[in-house]
Amino acid sequence: MKRLINHRPSRANALWMGVLPFILIGIVYLFASHARLAENPDDKLLPSFTQIVQTMEKSALTPSKRSGEILFIQDTLASLSRLGLGVLISALLGLALGIPLGLIPLVRSGLSPFVAAFSMVPPIAILPILFIVFGMGEVAKVALIVIGVTPLIVRDLQQRVEEFSREQLIKAQTLGASTWTLVIRIILPQMLPRLLDSVRLTLGTAWIFLISAEAIAATEGLGYRIFLVRRYLAMDLILPYVVWITLLAFLADFLLKKFTCKLFPWYETKERA
Amino acid sequence: MKSFLHSTLKLFVATTLASTVMATSLLADTKEKFQVAWTIYVGWMPWDYAQQTGIIDKWAKKYGIQIEMVQVNDYVESINQYTAGKFDGCVMTNMDALTIPAAGGVDSTALIVGDFSNGNDGIILKNKKKLSDIKGQSVNLVELSVSHYLLARGLESVGLKEKDIKVINTSDADIVAAFSSKDVTSLVTWNPQLSEIAGMKNASLVFDSSKIPGEIIDMLVMNTKTIEENPKLAKALTGAWYEVMALMKKGDESALKAMATASGTDLAGFNAQLKTTMLFHDASEAVKFTTSDALPKTMQKVSQFSFDHGILGDSAKNAAYVGMQFPNGKTYGNQSNVKLRFIDTYMKMASDGTL
Repeated sequence: MKRLINHRPSRANALWMGVLPFILIGIVYLFASHARLAENPDDKLLPSFTQIVQTMEKSALTPSKRSGEILFIQDTLASLSRLGLGVLISALLGLALGIPLGLIPLVRSGLSPFVAAFSMVPPIAILPILFIVFGMGEVAKVALIVIGVTPLIVRDLQQRVEEFSREQLIKAQTLGASTWTLVIRIILPQMLPRLLDSVRLTLGTAWIFLISAEAIAATEGLGYRIFLVRRYLAMDLILPYVVWITLLAFLADFLLKKFTCKLFPWYETKERA
Repeated sequence: MKSFLHSTLKLFVATTLASTVMATSLLADTKEKFQVAWTIYVGWMPWDYAQQTGIIDKWAKKYGIQIEMVQVNDYVESINQYTAGKFDGCVMTNMDALTIPAAGGVDSTALIVGDFSNGNDGIILKNKKKLSDIKGQSVNLVELSVSHYLLARGLESVGLKEKDIKVINTSDADIVAAFSSKDVTSLVTWNPQLSEIAGMKNASLVFDSSKIPGEIIDMLVMNTKTIEENPKLAKALTGAWYEVMALMKKGDESALKAMATASGTDLAGFNAQLKTTMLFHDASEAVKFTTSDALPKTMQKVSQFSFDHGILGDSAKNAAYVGMQFPNGKTYGNQSNVKLRFIDTYMKMASDGTL
């Protein structure tokens, strides 16, 4: 009698089991959509797959009647550049603040309570202020991401630095390293992969802020399109857009992980040990 | 492996069953009680008052049914919920009735035509005084809403096209804050935000809905099948509505005050909004408006605008895709796809005093 915990699926079975939930969701959707469309062929809530494909063909392959551009590509590029810029600024700020906060007691005493309190301000609640300070354009959208994400990264990095092995720091000091040398030669190289980890974890949050910013005022972007067509319940566009956003987020996460592995092989092996 | 297949099969059967149950519950039609959604707007506050003071209950009881008026915070969401079948009726404008439920295949009937916007929607420019100055500007507004329609009509009146400006979709909740931002130079919105912004420094109201009277209509829209099967529901709602209208016509201060408070303003603020709302106090006025020749013409314009902006749905090949029906046998568009109906049946009963 083999125990359950010792059952290992074969490669083929594992693959099949991994795909199964997706197939099941697809089937459930098909049934529900079919039932609603049988009742009302113009129903917009659960469009058929054919309808979704047609709509996406129009949006991803045909230039728009109004602007002559391909909306899907335009939306994706607009959103990705906002997200990329926002996350990049947040990561740099996180590094610039997280390391001194974790390493230097004087900085920690002065800034830590402020950062802790600031990280608790819900950015969405101060949106009207953000508009007045940053305007309604691109700056406000990127700023919303930065304000939402930076505190998370700063606090995470601060903790990682605080957990840093004291022995290494003392050893370096006895060898004559200055604070600056410590930061540059010891802390920074070891913090970079942790920063990437932190960025991976905050990507989801960054997407939320991106979509919220685009929902409030925009002329293009994935979040903009969803909130625009929500006005007439165009689920045939909303559903594929949501799947696309999920896929982009998944890809970004995957690429960051690969990037970390490639750049800091020692970090991954240490993790596994 | 065998047991694995077996359990997969079981799981498959279970999901199929679950999905069928889900699908049928989405279609579920049996109900003991009727629910009508409403949102905060000057022309719809009477519904809240009727519910709060028991006027709705009184009329529902008279016809032996139960009616619940449900307040929804988000206007578009309330219409979407109605379209999805969660509510039996919902308050909305003529344009939204055409583009959301009707274009979505939900046969809907405008049971009560309550009012039309007579200045409640407007275009505001910063530091400029004439509508024609809007040329080349970015305009902040809720895209594809009645604001967008008003803008299109305004541009038309000064010989401009939508190409001459750039539209920026901006949430109505944030539009007041948006005006204070330096890169916002013009916007379109409705009350109460409109009067809030019009009172600001450098703001000038250059065009408003009083220049296109009768084109932005606020009404109570019901599922056609529901009221055909339950005429009592239509009678009770109409009765309750005109009872409140009579109070408002008299200028009943306690009623007006209650509505003002519920909409988040004071009596003076509410009266100011009423001034720019052409409310049909008497059922006979509403009947006259609904049976007029102007209404089909207006709906034709709205239909054309909606089609041009792609909001009649993908199956629409032209502006006449969604058929409409008006009292006295007047029609518009595709008669094999009539999804929006204007009737005067119950308003007429109210005006004849036979409810």
